[in-house]
Amino acid sequence: MAKQLYYEDVDVGTEITPLAKIATSRMLVQWAGASGDFNPLHYEDDFAKAMGVGAPIVHGALKRAWLGHLMTDWIGEQGMLKKLSCQYRGMDYPRKMKTMEEPHDGETWWCKGKVTKKYEEGGEHLVECEIWVENGKGDKTTPGAALVALPSRGKK
Amino acid sequence: MAEGSIITDELKKLIGVSGEPITFKVEEGAIQRYAQAIGDPNPLFNDIENASKNKYGRLICPPGFTGWPIKGGISVFKLVDSLIKAGAPTRLLDGGVEFEFVEPIGAGDVLTTTTKIASITERETRMGKTMFTTVETTFVNQKGKVALNGRATFIQF
Repeated sequence: MAKQLYYEDVDVGTEITPLAKIATSRMLVQWAGASGDFNPLHYEDDFAKAMGVGAPIVHGALKRAWLGHLMTDWIGEQGMLKKLSCQYRGMDYPRKMKTMEEPHDGETWWCKGKVTKKYEEGGEHLVECEIWVENGKGDKTTPGAALVALPSRGKK
Repeated sequence: MAEGSIITDELKKLIGVSGEPITFKVEEGAIQRYAQAIGDPNPLFNDIENASKNKYGRLICPPGFTGWPIKGGISVFKLVDSLIKAGAPTRLLDGGVEFEFVEPIGAGDVLTTTTKIASITERETRMGKTMFTTVETTFVNQKGKVALNGRATFIQF
């Protein structure tokens, strides 16, 4: 993990260290098992077509979990994630597998964000962020927001 | 809206209704498998062997571990089923979620969750007449403290 981030290290506009993700059909199966979301929308072609999305789509909750990963990596062990929200605005389609381990070439997703506000309240050093997942075309399919408390160098 | 509402009287009756509380224990292996599925190698979520030495003294759940919005999803599907039986459109998508993390959640915790249908609204979208259901879930830990509040919206059309 990266070194600890402090409240004094960030300002409005500071970019969150981006995180790359590649959704694959294999990852969706693994996610279904780990999260308990067995909705056939994410693995059955005909069902996905009947639902009007064309083909199996990446779970919204997996994209949400990626955003959680983005934030917990950035704030480090001493930071606290207090709020996380996101909206599933656009469909994302996983890469298919070429071998048991390797996906075909295709899209890479990026989790990104930036600081929108910083303030002290109730003895905490709080930072609000705008966050999102963007697809290979640069569209923000999953916009969201986060609130974190960071340690301060001035206060032990 | 030009035509009648898609929110039937049966659906209106479901607003404010809570599901049965569900209690579950947070297991180390489940946390680890969840972190692996995200592709998150953070030792806080993965390192069982050294978990007692971290800030929390135990393996911690990645944010969102507790589910969408209920662990296991089964209860969500039951809820959706009850909406569909009450006349809601059958095509369903996850609209989004908001989490407020109050207390750390980690291995060994026993959480009791209750979910309530907070609101049902409708509007015209590019999918046609679309219904938005917001559910609120609270997770209380074994100490009786609220650990997490969640709000999720699902979209039916």
